[in-house]
Amino acid sequence: MAGILRIAFKLLVNDKGKFAALLVGITFAVFLITMMTSMFAGILKRASSTVINIGATIWVMDPAVYTVASSIPIPDYILDAARSIDGVNYAVPLFSGGATVKLRSGVYQAVTVLGLDDTSLFGRPELIEGNIEDIYAENGFIVVKDAEFAKLDDPKLGTEFEINDNSAVVVGIAKVTSGGLFGIPSLYTTYNRAIQYLPTSRYTVSYVLIEPKNSDAIPHIKEEISKLGYEALTKDEFMEKVSTFYKYKTGLGINVLLMTVISFVVGLSISGQTFYTFILENLEKFGALKAMGAKGRELIYMILFQAGFSALTGYGLGIGLASLVIAGAKLKLPSYAAQITYTNLIFAFIMVVIIAGISSYIGVRKVIKIEPFDIFRS
Amino acid sequence: MADPAMKASELVKWFGEGEAKTYAVRDVSFEAYFGEMLFIEGPSGSGKTTLLSMISGILRPNSGAMLVENRDIWSLSSDQLADFRLNTVGFVFQDYHLFPRLTTVENVAIPLILKKVEWNAAMDTSMRYLEIVGLKQRAHLAPVKLSGGEQQRVAIARAIASSPDILIFDEPTASLDGDTGRKIVDFVKKNILTEKRCIIIVTHDSRIFEYADRIMKMADGKIIGLEKGGSREE
Repeated sequence: MAGILRIAFKLLVNDKGKFAALLVGITFAVFLITMMTSMFAGILKRASSTVINIGATIWVMDPAVYTVASSIPIPDYILDAARSIDGVNYAVPLFSGGATVKLRSGVYQAVTVLGLDDTSLFGRPELIEGNIEDIYAENGFIVVKDAEFAKLDDPKLGTEFEINDNSAVVVGIAKVTSGGLFGIPSLYTTYNRAIQYLPTSRYTVSYVLIEPKNSDAIPHIKEEISKLGYEALTKDEFMEKVSTFYKYKTGLGINVLLMTVISFVVGLSISGQTFYTFILENLEKFGALKAMGAKGRELIYMILFQAGFSALTGYGLGIGLASLVIAGAKLKLPSYAAQITYTNLIFAFIMVVIIAGISSYIGVRKVIKIEPFDIFRS
Repeated sequence: MADPAMKASELVKWFGEGEAKTYAVRDVSFEAYFGEMLFIEGPSGSGKTTLLSMISGILRPNSGAMLVENRDIWSLSSDQLADFRLNTVGFVFQDYHLFPRLTTVENVAIPLILKKVEWNAAMDTSMRYLEIVGLKQRAHLAPVKLSGGEQQRVAIARAIASSPDILIFDEPTASLDGDTGRKIVDFVKKNILTEKRCIIIVTHDSRIFEYADRIMKMADGKIIGLEKGGSREE
């Protein structure tokens, strides 16, 4: 069988024009599919960046909340109630809100402010400069050094600025797992300072963060919170809720799906048409092989190998090209929201397998139908 | 008389149904022998190619029997028929049907590859056959870079590479000038025909009749005559 496949390989790659056209078609399709799904994955991940960075197991929120940024303040008694539920190890408040910073240069810059529980500082980021205790210092804020850091004029420890006409000072510089989606810098401070600096409604708690004693307690905690008219979601459930919002309620998901389908159709058209032409041009040769004693299944293996080899090579090139483009874009635009996930890779692979399958099906049908007698008759 | 390589009995083949039914071959019976070069001659539409296809296991007759080496080939399964064509019959097609994307030696090796011979061994064997047809020096060229006569010889090398007992030539001189055509058939007669091999050539090129041991004449799907050929021997 290896010899027959080697023949198939040589027939394919030695037809340089068609092989190149096949690769271009598949590479182009994989590139577009991967780019679209990677951008979408990047957007979805960044949309949940606060959930990822804070890392709480359970988030309590108003049921009408769909994204982290659009939090609806909840009453303080929910925090007390949460602490009294069986199975809760501890529960802390989290403030999440937007503010405007006036930099030393006089420039205004929108920021996200996260206020951590004063006692535990649960959800604090990993500091790369400064001491976490300094967050309790007067006017102390921690700045996240991510792609948006430069928008605060690259602050250093001790840099001063104003938040809503309140004086603030940088006491720490931190790093986080995931950057935000909306291109604005993030600041961390204590919960009490956050609600003091930022105008709030009657209720001040954006989320109650719960750590259960064990995972078995989670259903009970969710049930008890539900009885209070609020929603308790695990970290993954909250991220899924955010993803669902962006996928189905913003038009983003449909646009990405449409682009992916178009990429697939374009790739299928180019490679399917090219492969079909390749088979047509070699049809008599396949007939000659049949006449010489090749069995039908051996010809099918040849075609499947040719389609599979083209598909896998195009897949590799497409993924490589998408990786290069994303890496290049991130060098120029650090906040570029795209990431290639295993899901993207598997999705693109499935698309390529379908392209190869349809292309080879067309070829196999033609080759199976060719009769060796036609070779003599021609 | 040598042993019969094949025996056709009342072969019938028609195409189409009803009013469109057309007989291509009608009640054809004949024998061909090892060590013999049998020509099948006739005008276009006389049924030569259909007959050739039926005796080589390519086209199933509507009725009649075809014994090749005492085996009824049309009782074989499709896989057995493929094996029969691979192991017993060598084809030289009218248009050669060489693979332009493969080298000459790779073209010759195709039957060996189909017989699952290991790649390098197949190439070595094919080189020997190319040497037989005088094209060893052209082994690594693409067939399109060879002349018509050379391509014909490559097709012959490919046909004999799997050491078949029966060789089928379909209009071997149709694409060649008269001199080259005669040289090719002369070469086949001298170098390829053996006492253990039967060669059947379909042609309407009377210039090569002198090389035939027998000439079977066909018209309207029937054998209308069987005569001794020139049997040119050196």
